[in-house]
Amino acid sequence: MISKRIIPCLDVMNGRVVKGVNFKEIKDMADPVEMARWYSEAGADELVFYDITASYEGRKLFTDVLRAVASQIFIPLTVGGGINSLDDFDTVLKSGADKVSINSGAIKDPSLISAAAKRYGSQCVVLSMDVKRVGGKFRVFANGGRIGTGIDALEWAKRGEYLGAGEIVLNSIDTDGVRGGFDIPMLRAIGETVSIPLIASGGAGKKEDFLELFRYDRIDAGLAAGIFHTKKVDIRDLKDYLRGCGVNVRL
Amino acid sequence: MIAVVDYGVGNLFSLTSSLRFIGLDCMVTCNKKELLNAERIILPGVGAFGDAMAKLRESGLEDTVKELAEVKPLLGICLGMQLLFDKSCEHGEHKGLGLIPGEVSPLAADIDLSLKVPHMGWNKLEIVRNDPIFKYSDNGEWVYYVHSYYAKKCSDYILGVSEYGVTVTGLVRSDSGMIYGMQFHPEKSGEAGLRLLKAFSEI
Repeated sequence: MISKRIIPCLDVMNGRVVKGVNFKEIKDMADPVEMARWYSEAGADELVFYDITASYEGRKLFTDVLRAVASQIFIPLTVGGGINSLDDFDTVLKSGADKVSINSGAIKDPSLISAAAKRYGSQCVVLSMDVKRVGGKFRVFANGGRIGTGIDALEWAKRGEYLGAGEIVLNSIDTDGVRGGFDIPMLRAIGETVSIPLIASGGAGKKEDFLELFRYDRIDAGLAAGIFHTKKVDIRDLKDYLRGCGVNVRL
Repeated sequence: MIAVVDYGVGNLFSLTSSLRFIGLDCMVTCNKKELLNAERIILPGVGAFGDAMAKLRESGLEDTVKELAEVKPLLGICLGMQLLFDKSCEHGEHKGLGLIPGEVSPLAADIDLSLKVPHMGWNKLEIVRNDPIFKYSDNGEWVYYVHSYYAKKCSDYILGVSEYGVTVTGLVRSDSGMIYGMQFHPEKSGEAGLRLLKAFSEI
């Protein structure tokens, strides 16, 4: 049976891995290639590589950094940031990405999801959603969490699945960087809406948070950045712990 | 030299990177002469079976691949493995290369509805028959799969399987011992995958 996945996320800005709190207060962390290699050896099941300011600044993702990572890391690699067209898909896939994460680009033009799924297959199209509670409802935000779209997150998830997204990454802006645990109520709301794999993001602070996450069987993977980058949680220790608690993980 | 058959499907960056990473010479080519000169051949593939077979045929490489399979080691990966079989029923019935007896069917028809399709993620490869391809592998190593169809009626040729509601054909070999197929992606399966590629380079 397939394992639950542990996915470190490398937020990249100007060719360096950075980490923010609540999508703000950006801090410099490491070289992406060194960090990716380290994670691959440490037992990460997959890596996500976001160019966090590409969409905001309206430029293309740095393919040179991506190529450098992809030529040395032999686990699945998802890439996002500034993906707005099929040409962008083409560029990152040819630079070594296995999956492409779309967020603001899909909000601007939802047909990008269906066009990409048709050309590259659904397994290649990851719909990344930045979601925040507004007036008791889950709402989708664009441009790295900067712009409220007013779109209902449940409807957007359902539409994404219908259009051909193969996975959803749900980033809770409310719990991002706070390290108080994943946003289980938000994840449950989306998990009951779609049947494609769901990756939880935002809020991991300790090993126990992942156990709580995987107790909800609709979750396929847990994504985190800060706690892995700072070595607060070691991926191998985390997986040992999860396996001891009966979670199926790759060791 | 390993030649990776370029017939216009798939992303070959990871595959060539992983071969080079373990010190193997490789080239991506659709040139018949270069394919004939290579020591071994890898047939990659993603997408739909019918489209891939049509592209292989249009590029004039169908017969070349069949010829090569008789004289040098050939490895089909993912859809490239599925093409090795007699036929597939993905979006209508399509004839395959017929290099290994068997057929390709949808996973969804044979597994519990609660299981997601595609079968995507890390699964354990259980060795069912020993073979030189496992020279550097242990039983139960994790490999990475992404597929919605799987090979059936090929039990005599199966070397490795994974469980996903049904026994999924993971690794196959022809009677001749020269043709291998991997449903999972060795180039995305970390160390375990690199060791399988290394073993193939020594077949």
